[in-house]
Amino acid sequence: MTQLPPPSAKKLGLVIDLDTCVGCHACVISCKGWNTENYGAPLSDQDPYGADPSGTFLNRVHSFEVQPEAAPAQLIHFPKSCLHCEDAPCVTVCPTGASYKRAEDGIVLVNESDCIGCGLCAWACPYGARELDADAGVMKKCTLCVDRIYNENLPEEDREPACVRTCPAGARHFGDLGDDNSDVSKLVAERGGFDLMPELGTKPVNKYLPPRPKDVTTPCAPLETVAQDGKGFAAWLDRALSALPGGAS
Amino acid sequence: MPKDQPVVETSPNVSDEVRQTTCYMCACRCGINVHMKGGKVAYIEGNKDHPVNKGVLCAKGSAGIMQHNAPSRLRAPLKRVGPRGSGEYEEISWDEALETAVSWLKPIRDTAPEKLAFFTGRDQSQSFTSFWAQGYGTPNYAAHGGFCSVNMAAAGIYTMGGAFWEFGQPDWDHTKLFMLFGVAEDHDSNPIKMGIGKIKERGARMVSVNPIRTGYNAVADDWIGITPGTDGLFILSLVHCLLKAGKIDLDYLARFTNASVLIDQDPKSDQYGLFLRDKDGQPQVVDRRSGALAPWNGQGVDPDLSGSHRARGITHRPVFHMMADRYLSDDYAPETVADRCGIPAPRIHEIAADLARVAFDEAITLDRKWIDFRGVKHKQMIGRPVSFHAMRGISAHANGFQTCRALHMLQIILGTVETPGGMRFKPPYPKPATAHPKPHCKVAPGQPLDGPHLGYVQGPEDLCLDAAGDPARIDKAYTWENPMSAHGLMHMVISNAHAGDPYKIDTLFMYMANMAWNSSMNVGGVHAMLTDKDENGDYVIPRIIYSDAYSSEMVAYADLILPDTTYLERHDCISILDRPICEADGIADAIRWPVVEPDRDVRGFQSVLCDLGARLELPGFVNEDGSAKYTDYADYITNHIRRPGIGPLAGFRDGGDGRGGVNPDQLRSYIDNGGFWLSHVPEDAAYYKPFNMGYQDWAVKMGCYDVVQPYIFQLYVEPMRKFQAAAEGIGSRQPPDHLRAQVQKTMDPLPIWYPSAEAKAEDYPVHALTQRPMAMYHSWGSQNAWLRQIHGVNPLYVPTKIWEANRFADGDWAKITSPHGTITVPVAHQASLNENTVWTWNAIGKRKGAWALDNDAPEATKGFLLNHLIHELMPPKGDGLRWANSDPITGQAAWFDLRVRIEKTDTPKEVQPEMPPIKSLVPKAPKILRWKVGK
Repeated sequence: MTQLPPPSAKKLGLVIDLDTCVGCHACVISCKGWNTENYGAPLSDQDPYGADPSGTFLNRVHSFEVQPEAAPAQLIHFPKSCLHCEDAPCVTVCPTGASYKRAEDGIVLVNESDCIGCGLCAWACPYGARELDADAGVMKKCTLCVDRIYNENLPEEDREPACVRTCPAGARHFGDLGDDNSDVSKLVAERGGFDLMPELGTKPVNKYLPPRPKDVTTPCAPLETVAQDGKGFAAWLDRALSALPGGAS
Repeated sequence: MPKDQPVVETSPNVSDEVRQTTCYMCACRCGINVHMKGGKVAYIEGNKDHPVNKGVLCAKGSAGIMQHNAPSRLRAPLKRVGPRGSGEYEEISWDEALETAVSWLKPIRDTAPEKLAFFTGRDQSQSFTSFWAQGYGTPNYAAHGGFCSVNMAAAGIYTMGGAFWEFGQPDWDHTKLFMLFGVAEDHDSNPIKMGIGKIKERGARMVSVNPIRTGYNAVADDWIGITPGTDGLFILSLVHCLLKAGKIDLDYLARFTNASVLIDQDPKSDQYGLFLRDKDGQPQVVDRRSGALAPWNGQGVDPDLSGSHRARGITHRPVFHMMADRYLSDDYAPETVADRCGIPAPRIHEIAADLARVAFDEAITLDRKWIDFRGVKHKQMIGRPVSFHAMRGISAHANGFQTCRALHMLQIILGTVETPGGMRFKPPYPKPATAHPKPHCKVAPGQPLDGPHLGYVQGPEDLCLDAAGDPARIDKAYTWENPMSAHGLMHMVISNAHAGDPYKIDTLFMYMANMAWNSSMNVGGVHAMLTDKDENGDYVIPRIIYSDAYSSEMVAYADLILPDTTYLERHDCISILDRPICEADGIADAIRWPVVEPDRDVRGFQSVLCDLGARLELPGFVNEDGSAKYTDYADYITNHIRRPGIGPLAGFRDGGDGRGGVNPDQLRSYIDNGGFWLSHVPEDAAYYKPFNMGYQDWAVKMGCYDVVQPYIFQLYVEPMRKFQAAAEGIGSRQPPDHLRAQVQKTMDPLPIWYPSAEAKAEDYPVHALTQRPMAMYHSWGSQNAWLRQIHGVNPLYVPTKIWEANRFADGDWAKITSPHGTITVPVAHQASLNENTVWTWNAIGKRKGAWALDNDAPEATKGFLLNHLIHELMPPKGDGLRWANSDPITGQAAWFDLRVRIEKTDTPKEVQPEMPPIKSLVPKAPKILRWKVGK
C-alpha cells in the first residue's frame, strides 16, 4: 500500500559483531535514553514500578545457547533492532504511508503524525523489530538516530547512533553499506558478515559478524620436562643461569 | 527526495548545556556528559576525554536519569516513632536530626569512643570518612571491602604492591593472551569491555576460567568451566608445569623478586623461615659477581637465584629453591588436580604450554631505555605478552587470599607484571605493603585515634589486640582469627555487636550499605539481631543511624535516617588518597558536583559529616576558635591539607599539579576540565614501575609518596611466616590455642591451596554462586524503571546434568537447601555451566515495601537472594566458639563457598521464605512514565 523508493546508493546501517558482544545492554538503554528525549513521542513505560513493567524499546539484546556436539555449550548475545531492509515489508504493508524508507540513505522511519497505530507493520516485520507505544499509540522503531547522524549541533565525532557511541566493547559499527570501500563494508567482507534470515528476501542492510570458532585449542607443542623434582631442578637452574648474561659460560 | 517523503528535523537542539561529572551507577566511576534542558537532566552519555571510559557508557550509566528521578528517593530526615522494622517514621528538620545524632555521639566520645561503630559501605570517600572516624576516636571504622574483594587487594599489596582494577590493568595495547578469572561486574566494568574489544580487534586470544559461561566468558575463545573454589589448585598446577619445563623468566625472577633472597632453613633456629638480613636489616642475596652476600638493593648487585649460604652453622637457601621443592611435587601435577578442579589434565598441560609459548616465543620488545634501582641501565623493555585479571570470583572463598597470591605468583614467574603486554600498575600504585600504614586501635576518651584504622600488619606485634589479648575492634579485624584483614569486616559488625563479642556497642552508624538485605549473610538472622531487645526491653544494639539516598531495606531498621542526595546532586572527590581512577599511563582524579540541586530536603552525606564533625568538635573539623572548619564537603575538598602540599585533589593545585598549595578555584578548574584531571606517565617510566627510577622520581614529584621506594616482589611474604612462627610457639605474642593450627596452616609464606568449603559434599553436592548483572549494581538497579525491565526476576540457573536428574521442565520451582536453611525458587536450564554449579543474579530479589516498588513486583515474588542460605558463622563445632565464615587470613566473607542440595517442588505462591512487607517510606510510584523534559 505504501511504495518503496528505488534502491538508494547510500545504504546506512549497522554492523554488529557477535564475536565481541558481551550482552551488557548498554546499547539498549542508551537507545532508550536518546529516543525518549528525541525523535517523536517518548518511549513510554507502563507499570514501571509494579508487577508487570513493560516499556517501548527500539533495540533489545537476546541471548541464545548453542550446544556443539563435542564441545562445551556456548552463549551468544544477539542485539536486535530494525535492519533497515531494502525490501521492507513493514513499509509496503502500511495503509497510510506513515511507514517509509528514505530515498536518500535507506533509513526506514515512521512518520508519527500519519501513523494510526494499526500495528500491521509490526505484524509484517519478520524480525520483531517494531514496538507499538502503548501510551502514544504510534509505532516506534529504530531511526538509526537520524537526528544524531546529520546533527550539526553535535560534534562531528558524535554523529553516529547512540548505541554505537556507547558500546563499551566496540561491537557495533555504523556506516554506508552501499559503499564497498567503507569501513563497515570492509569489515563485513573480512569477517564474513551475514544477513539475518536471507531466505525471506527482505534484503536487510544491517549485517551481523559471526562469532569466531571457540574452544579450538591452538596447536602448541607440549612442554618438555627439564626436571622431575627439586634436586633435578637445581641442577637445571645452574645450567640455565650460567647461560644468562653474566653467567659462568 | 520524493515529494511525499516527510521532512525530518535532522539537526534538533540536543541540549542547552552539557555538564560533565562522574557516574555513580556502579563503582566503576566513568566520566559522563549530562545534557541539560531547561535546568533538567535530559540525557546522559559517556565523556570521550575521560581516562576511565573514553566516551562509552554501560546500561547503568545511561539509565542514570531514571535513578536520579527514582520515586524511591528519600525526601527528608526521619525519626523512628514505631518499633524497629515497622517503618513508622516522622519527618524532622535537619537541625533536629543533627542535634539528635550529637546527643548520642557526644557522650560516648567523651567516655568510650569504641562504643560507636561507623561503617561506610560502598563509600567512595574513605580517605574522608576514615579521617572523620579517626578524629572521633573510635577504632571501629571500615568500608565494605571485607565482604567484597579484600583478598584480591591484600594479596596483591603484600605480594607485589598492588592488584587489579584500581591498582592495575592488563596492557590492553600489547597483550596477546588474556586470561580472565571470575570478576564482579562493577569492578572496572567498562574498561574490561573496552579491553576485550581491543584485543579481539587485534586478533589476540582470551581464555576465561569461570564456572559460568556468561558475559565476558561468553566471548572468550576458550572457556575453562572450573569447579568453584579450586582456582588456586589449578593455578598452582600451571606453576608446576611451567617450573617443570623451565618456562620461567629467570632474569626477571632474580632481579625483581625475592626469589633470590636467602631464607633460614634450620627448624631449630628462632629465625627459621625468615630472611637472612645484614646489620642494617636488609634481606640478603648472593651476588653473582662475587659469590658473596649482598643486600637485595645494593648498587650493581646481580642476585643469584641459586646461591645458598651457610653461616654460623645454619643453611640459607634462596626462596626460589623452596618454590621448586614445593611446586614440583606431584601434588600439583595436572593428573593429580584434574578431577578436583573439573578440568581434564591434558587441558591443563595445553594451557601451560600456551602461556609459555606466548610469554617466551612471542615476547615483545619496546626500545625504551630505563635505569633500575641498582643503577643497572637497560636498553629495552622486554614484554611477556600474557596478562591476567581476576577479582571477586577467586576472592570470595575462605582460601581466597592464598588463591590470589598464587595468581600473582603465576604472573610473576612468567615475568609479566609491569612488563609490556602483561599486567600494569596504575599510579599511585605500585606501593608495597611496607609503604602503607599499619592499623591503629588505641582509644582514649575524648581523643582522636592514634592513627589510621586500616593498614598492613608486618607481624603479630601489629595486631589490634588489647592488653589482655582480646580484639580491640568490634569486627575483630587484625586478630588471630584473621590477621591481615586490611579492609575490616563490615559483615561481622551487626552479628558481633548483637552478641556483645568482643564487647557491646552503643551506636551503629552506617552509610550506603544494605546490611538488612543483600549485603548481609543470614538476612532473617540480621533482622532479628537489629530488632532484638534485652531483659529491660531495650534494643540490644541500642542506636542505629543510617544514611542512604533511597528507601532501601536497611532504612526500616534505623532510629535516625539522614537522607543522602543522588549522585547528580552532590560533591564528591575520587581521590588519589583513596580509590583513584588512574590508568597505567596516567595519574588522574575526578569530582562529582551538583549538576542539579536537590528538590528534596536532603544533604550529601559527606557534608553532613563535616557538620557533625564541627558540632562534635572533632580535630580537623573545627578552627582554633571552635567554629566549623568546613561549610560543606566542597569546602573540605578544596581546603583540606593531608600532608604538606597534598590535598584530596591532586590537579590544579596552587603551584602545579600533584603537589601544591590550596587553590580556591580548584573545583571550578575541574569542572572546566570535564570533571577530572589527568597527567601522563613519561614513556621511560611507563613499565617496570616498582624498579624503574624514572617512575620512582616521577611518582614522588606527583605526590604518590614522599621518597623514592623501589622494592622487589614478595613471592615469599615474610610477615606471614612471622604469624606462622608464632603459631609454632615463637615470640611473646601468641595466638589462642584454638587458633594455632589454623594460623600455622593458612599463614604459609608461599602460596598454598586448601579446600575451603566446610559443608559435606555428600550432603550438599552442588556449588551455588551469584553473579552481578552488567546492567545492575547491587540493590540499586531495581528502583530504576529501565533497568528492572532487563533484570526483573532471577531464576536459579541449573546445569544440564542436574536439570535432567531432577526431571526439571521450564517453569519449575525447586527447594534449595544449605546447612543453614532452605529457599524455594524458580529454576531455569543453562547448558554453558560447570556441571556441579548452580547460580543466580545477585541482589535482584527485593523485600516487599522497599525501593518504591509495588508489593507484587516480581523482584519480591519471584526474585530471591542466596544470602538466606549463607551464615556469617560456620555451623557450631560444639566448642562454644563463634567461627566466622570468612577467609582465615583477611576475614573476607566466603560467599562463594556455599554448597547446597536441590530438589524439585510444587510451585508455591511466591518465593520462600516469604518475608512480611515493610512500610514504604516514600509515596507510591507512578503507573506510567513518558520521560521527555524538552519540548
